[in-house]
Amino acid sequence: MCGNLGDDMEAIKLLKGVAIPLPRDDVDTDRLIPIRFLRKPLSDGYGNFLLADDRFDESGQEKPDFVFNHPVYRRAPILVSGKNFGCGSAREGAVYAVKDFGIRVVIAEGFSDIFRMNCCWNGILPVVLQHEEIQAICTQLLAVPGTEITVDLERQQVLGPDNRCYTFEIDQAVKQRLLAGLDEIGVTRQFQDRIDKFEQQYVSVMPWIAAPGSTPHL
Amino acid sequence: MSGPRTLFEKIWQRHLIHKTDEGDHLLYVDRNLIHEGPFYAFDGLKRDGHKFRRPQQTFAFPDHYVPTTIRERESGLDGIADPEMRRMVEQLEQNAASSGIHHFGINDKRQGIMHVAAPELGVIQPGMTVTGSDSHTATHGAFGAFASGIGASQVKHVMATQTIWWQRKPKTMQVNVEGSLGTGVTAKDLALTIMAQLGVSGGAGYVIEYTGSTIRGLSMEGRMTLCNMTIEAGARSGMISPDETTIEYLRSRPYAPKGAHWDRATAIWREIATDDHAKFDASLQIDAAMIPPMITWGTRPEESLPITGVVPDPTTAKDESQRKRLQSAVNYMAVKPGAPLAGLKVDRVFIGSCTNGRIEDLRAAAVVVRGRKAVIPAIVVPGSRSVKAQAEAENLHTIFINAGFEWRDSGCSMCVASNGDKVPPGERCASTSNRNFEGRQGLGSRTHLMSPAMAAAAAVTGALVDVRKLGG
Repeated sequence: MCGNLGDDMEAIKLLKGVAIPLPRDDVDTDRLIPIRFLRKPLSDGYGNFLLADDRFDESGQEKPDFVFNHPVYRRAPILVSGKNFGCGSAREGAVYAVKDFGIRVVIAEGFSDIFRMNCCWNGILPVVLQHEEIQAICTQLLAVPGTEITVDLERQQVLGPDNRCYTFEIDQAVKQRLLAGLDEIGVTRQFQDRIDKFEQQYVSVMPWIAAPGSTPHL
Repeated sequence: MSGPRTLFEKIWQRHLIHKTDEGDHLLYVDRNLIHEGPFYAFDGLKRDGHKFRRPQQTFAFPDHYVPTTIRERESGLDGIADPEMRRMVEQLEQNAASSGIHHFGINDKRQGIMHVAAPELGVIQPGMTVTGSDSHTATHGAFGAFASGIGASQVKHVMATQTIWWQRKPKTMQVNVEGSLGTGVTAKDLALTIMAQLGVSGGAGYVIEYTGSTIRGLSMEGRMTLCNMTIEAGARSGMISPDETTIEYLRSRPYAPKGAHWDRATAIWREIATDDHAKFDASLQIDAAMIPPMITWGTRPEESLPITGVVPDPTTAKDESQRKRLQSAVNYMAVKPGAPLAGLKVDRVFIGSCTNGRIEDLRAAAVVVRGRKAVIPAIVVPGSRSVKAQAEAENLHTIFINAGFEWRDSGCSMCVASNGDKVPPGERCASTSNRNFEGRQGLGSRTHLMSPAMAAAAAVTGALVDVRKLGG
């Protein structure tokens, strides 16, 4: 299960595994996890809710045609999709669902900013590749379901099914955190003195920031 | 050394605590807004033994799971039949009480959708950094704030540290709008026009500042509608430089600075506006006079057209991937390529949401509804209880009720369908909300986004219609 938010940051360095092709653009977070599941506790296993309306029919039966329901993809650790992945709502439940399903790397043509950040905070690596690269990879994955690919964060490379090597860009700060599996609040605590000093100075100029609606004593 | 700067640049510099060698930026957060969603953040904070650093700077509003029928709301928490929904509202109340944050609960007369109620209370002010557990936090940029939605992990981080990390400093885009909006054309039509031009990811990596005479002429309500939808173009934040309209709106609001602080604050606010000749990384020019009433026909916010338009034909798409996208939208929405949008039969109408649930929106809808009758089920859900009270003071509710609309209490309601207010499968809804994604308003629901006046016109005719042709 997805488990504990924030302390489940096991590092990602190198990952080889089955990749699920989902060659669609604009997969939104309402789609990734429909709103009715967001009132469930994490212990229910958010992976069960991932893409629920694509995976299951109204009676809860699996739709056999949907790619996620192919037996080879049951615990696949990599997902490959199109443009603007994770757009829409800021709901982090979408990332919990991805992660609890077992996915650790999402490769897409682009991500919404909020989703990309939510991934990084939960130890999921978002990789951006070009349109032609995604197409090439998806074509191969669709031809042979269950095909594996390799993602090397250290080198910023994806090794395709045909051993073609694709390089990707990533913010260095994000890379370091994913490599080390760092807890964000722990990182920020190292800057405690600076925060304290900043806040003291800042609030002395604008006291109303810290005490909303209060009446100043003159 | 510093030349003319943008509003965004000034706010960024004023809040930057530290920049690491890897290019990570640590920013101070002035205001944090939450709804019931990020309960995970409270759980995590407790579990990890972190103290809530500045609870006075977090404001909480139950909005997603509160019922909106008057009857249910009269019973407060007991009016929520579904135990899981009830727990979401209760949980927020308990977490708020134990952490000492500001909370405007289900029975509070100040309750509302956080993006409607927080501004009304004067919580959001020019020059602030604002985070919120909701992508539509972009709304608050209307006050000249840098406001963006974040996930629960970041909410937890803000609670513990009152700061946020930005791995990339966003680039700036200017959307300059000049001229007067035509009759029957609103900030919503402007927003849909801009989304159509930028596309759903055209704003990714940017903060957008809206400038120009049209923007200056918008009320705060209109500015909020516009900034609210910025996220639908993929930009985390939309913003508008503060001016006298902003300052007048904030005067005497409960959480605005008072007395001597007010004078000092307004002096600071006036300086924060974008300087003349400041440079943006990208820009877009819009002629307000060219904008007609807009309506979405598809399943992405960019898929909007003038009400006078026709459904696009996938066979004329510029490439295969666009053809597939259009075809899937045509199929889902059950619309016919080439068919006019006007005249398309609608099953239901929703007027409300953080985009269009403000008093000005209800007034605009009431003008259309007055003296007419709804011919399909239609609900009006005020964005906050204070909007509801104001509308009732103006007798707008009577106009709606007499026309057969259902008059509701405040909440997110049918925009996101998390409280059970849903569009049934296969039904077509004329909606003033912000997302027309597949299933957004309920499994199998079909959403057409539009302004409150256009939605009201759909309610009284039973079809998509050009509000300008409805007559007086």
